Amino acid sequence: MELTEDDQALLDGRHGPAAADAMGLVLRFAEAVGATRLIACDSAHVDGCLYHGQASLDFVERFVALGGRVRVPTTLNVGSVDLIHPELFIGDPALGAAGQRLMQAHVELGCTPSFTCAPYQTLLRPRFGDQLAWAESNAIVFANSVIGARTNRYGDFIDLACALSGRVPDYGLHRAENRRAGVIVEIHGFENAGPDQAGGVAVAAGLSVGRACGDTIAAITGLPARTSEDDLKALGAAAASAGSVAMFHAVGLTPEAPDLAAATGGRDVPVVARLGPAEVSAILASLCTVADGAALTAVALGTPHFSLGEFDRLMPLLDLEPFSVPVYVNTGRHEWERLVGDGRAARLEAAGVTVVVDTCTYVTAIIRDLSGAVMTNSGKWAYYAPGNLGVDVAFGTLAETMLSARAGRVARA
Amino acid sequence: MSARALVHGRAAGPVLRLDDPLSFWGGFDSASGKVIDRFHPQHGACLSGAILLMERGRGSSSGASVLAEAIRLGTAPAAILLLDPDAIIATGALVAQMLYGIDCPVVAMNDRSDWQALAARARITIEAGPDAVRITEPA
Repeated sequence: MELTEDDQALLDGRHGPAAADAMGLVLRFAEAVGATRLIACDSAHVDGCLYHGQASLDFVERFVALGGRVRVPTTLNVGSVDLIHPELFIGDPALGAAGQRLMQAHVELGCTPSFTCAPYQTLLRPRFGDQLAWAESNAIVFANSVIGARTNRYGDFIDLACALSGRVPDYGLHRAENRRAGVIVEIHGFENAGPDQAGGVAVAAGLSVGRACGDTIAAITGLPARTSEDDLKALGAAAASAGSVAMFHAVGLTPEAPDLAAATGGRDVPVVARLGPAEVSAILASLCTVADGAALTAVALGTPHFSLGEFDRLMPLLDLEPFSVPVYVNTGRHEWERLVGDGRAARLEAAGVTVVVDTCTYVTAIIRDLSGAVMTNSGKWAYYAPGNLGVDVAFGTLAETMLSARAGRVARA
Repeated sequence: MSARALVHGRAAGPVLRLDDPLSFWGGFDSASGKVIDRFHPQHGACLSGAILLMERGRGSSSGASVLAEAIRLGTAPAAILLLDPDAIIATGALVAQMLYGIDCPVVAMNDRSDWQALAARARITIEAGPDAVRITEPA
C-alpha cells in the first residue's frame, strides 16, 4: 500500500483519534479489495441510519465518543423514522427510539441531516468526475451513470469511515478503464413514447439490466427521446434492485455515452437482451403479484424519493380526487420544505395524500392497511415490498397508479 | 496452499460448507445464527461457531452490519473461508474486531481444489496473519 504524507498523518492521529480509527478501517478495507493506494474523497453519502442491531449504534457512538467529525460534505440516507412526522411510525417503540438515536448520532458527527436516498436531487449534486464514497444502491447508480461522478458500491461502515478520513480506496469505478460497457441492452419501438410511458419503459429496462448483466456495465440503446432524469433514476433503482448494478450507460442520454462507441470504449461487446413492446409488457407484468382489477389498500410513490419535477407531474393528477385508498409519497425533507413554501403541501394534504419524509414506506412500518394490494410506479418498491412487508403489489405508470387510487382497484390507462 | 487473510485472527471449529452464496442481510438471523433465506439449500442450518466455507459473498452491503451484530452476540461463524474475496463480509468482521475485540478471521483462497479439500475435513484451525495463513487439522 502506498501511503501519502497526509495518509500517514491521519493514521498517526494528527487529525484526532476518530480520523485515525476510521483511516485504519479504510486501509484494511482497501487491502481486502486489492487497492494499492487511497485517493481524496469529494463527498460521502452514508447509509448507516437504518438500525440493524446494537452493532450499528456501537459503531457510530464510538466515533461520537472520540470527538469525530466528517472531513468531507456528507449526506445521510433514510432512517427508520420520519423525524418531522414521527407519529407516522407504527412499529416497536424500542426500535423506533434506537433508530432515532442512530440518526441523531450521525448528525453529531457533522453529517447533513438529509435522510434521503436521492441526495443528488436538491442537496449535494456531485460534479462530473468527482470521486465519491457513496452508499445506497440507487444513489450509487445515479451518481456514476447520470452525473458521471465515480463511486463503488460502498455501504455499511465503510461509507462513514471514508467520510471521517476523507480518503477512499482507488479501485473499481474510481478508475476510467473500469467504467466501459461490457454488454448491450437494445430497446425497440419506444422512440416516440410519451412521458408517462417512458417511465414504464425505464423500469423495464432497469430490471432487464439487473437480471441480464449482474455487475457488468450495460450500454442501453433505444430509450425514448422523452426519457427524463427521473426516469433514469427509476431505471437505475430497478437495475440495482434486480442485480449488483453500480453503473449503466444510456446511449445519447448519459454523459459518458454520447454514442455507443464511447460507452464501450470502441470494443465489440455482445447484445445480452433485446426488448420490444411485448418484452417490456411481460417484464412489468412480472412485478405484479395480483391481476388487473384486484382491490387495493394503498398507493405508494416516491421510491427513490420523489423529486420536485415528479411532484409537478403528480399535481394535475390530484384532480382525479376523491381517492378511494390512501396515497403515500416519499420525498426528502428539503423537497418537503419547498412544497410547504409554495402551497403544494396543503393541496396534497387536502387531496388525502400523505407525504412521508426521512424514510421510505418499504423499509419501515408506515402504511397502516396492508390487507390488500399496494400499487406503485417504482420498480424498486415493487421488487422489495413483498418480501419486506409481506404485501401484494401491482406496478403501473404514475398515471395508472392515480387512476387506480380513485378506483380502489388496479386500473389501466 | 495459497490463501490471503482479509481479516486477521485465530479460530477453530467444525467445517460447514454452504452450497450457495448467502446474503447475511435478509438471509441470516443474527439472533439465532441460522440461515433464514427460504430459497437457500441449507435453510435452517445454524452457522454459529462453524468454520464457514462459502464460494463468494452475495447481496446488500447491510450484510456487514448483520455479520458484525452476530459476532457481537456470539452467533456468527468462527471464521469464513471464501474462494473470491468479499468486501462486505470482510467489513463486518473488521468492524466487530474493532468494536468488540472478537476475531472472526476471513480468508480468501486462491485455488478451488485447495478450498474443496478443506471442505472435506471435519474440523480445522486457522491462524490468519499479515504474512501467512496457516490452516491445520487437529491431531
